[in-house]
Amino acid sequence: MISEVKLLQRREARELDQTRPPALSRVWNITKYILAGAWFGVALVKGEIVSWYRLQEMFRFESFHMYGVISSAVAVGALSLLLIRKSGIKGSDGNVLQPKRKILNRGTVIGGMLFGMGWAMTGACPGSLYALTGAGFPAMLVTIIGALAGTLLYGIAKKGK
Amino acid sequence: MLEILSKPWPWYVAGPMIGLTVPLLLLLGNKSLGVSSSFRHICAAVVPARRFTYFSYNWRNEQWNLLFAGGLILGGVFAGTILAPNEDVVINADLQQYLATFGITPTTAPIPEALFSMDSLLTLRGLLLAVGGGLLIGFGTRYAGGCTSGHSILGLSSMQIPSLVATCSFLVGGLTMTHAILPFILALEI
Repeated sequence: MISEVKLLQRREARELDQTRPPALSRVWNITKYILAGAWFGVALVKGEIVSWYRLQEMFRFESFHMYGVISSAVAVGALSLLLIRKSGIKGSDGNVLQPKRKILNRGTVIGGMLFGMGWAMTGACPGSLYALTGAGFPAMLVTIIGALAGTLLYGIAKKGK
Repeated sequence: MLEILSKPWPWYVAGPMIGLTVPLLLLLGNKSLGVSSSFRHICAAVVPARRFTYFSYNWRNEQWNLLFAGGLILGGVFAGTILAPNEDVVINADLQQYLATFGITPTTAPIPEALFSMDSLLTLRGLLLAVGGGLLIGFGTRYAGGCTSGHSILGLSSMQIPSLVATCSFLVGGLTMTHAILPFILALEI
């Protein structure tokens, strides 16, 4: 009788161990996103997407650079999504790999225009703010704080509705 | 090799790298590229959630997004040290002439020091651009449900109409700022 309980306990412990990912995979689950971010950040800085000048050139139609970056990024992204769909690759949890669905409302236009203004002022999108901070431009931290304040304002304004 | 890599990378290298982030994040954990939502998660982690419905969710479930933002900083460090450029940024001649009238000249930095440095934050011009611009970025991206990454890259890649509308709106806002408002801000001498 006692040994039976012990056996059961041992089996439970073993099962518990299986649901809990091993240490190495837990570390990987964290590092993989940091590495993906670093890949993106290097591309933003070295590709001059963080450049205030390139942004000004884009909005003044004085250079092809940013248009080239955005259209080639979208082309590669779209092609990859097509390949993922055709190949039927599933996530490790068995779910279909699918990009988040975006919604269309008044905010898409008004919010979009407000962001566009901030983008032209600072020459930076949210990704650039982080990458530039890392690249040694601490003044960008002030803009990040501004962006957090703007987010907070939005959260407060949304509550009022 | 390092010498070539430390020069600015052409659009046909940087663009595809950025595009590949979309499948990369999907394959790594079925995540959708997006950066501006990290602002929301940071706020949610700090403010008392009960008081604001917009911030009352378990931000820990979105931890990956904050790790991704941390990676962006790390990538910036790498690009700004080992791959740091040693030549001044070359810009369009018309733009150079235009900016010179406001006392702005390009250096090796991607952003003009006359506008975005710790010293310039003490001027009205610098403060307005850094803080005002930040506020617009934070409020605007959350209202629009995404930024250039989430809408213009991920959304357009997956052929979503809302993202096309958002991207056009980004451009309308940017063009308005650049041509109708920015000249007055740049002309501020205090």
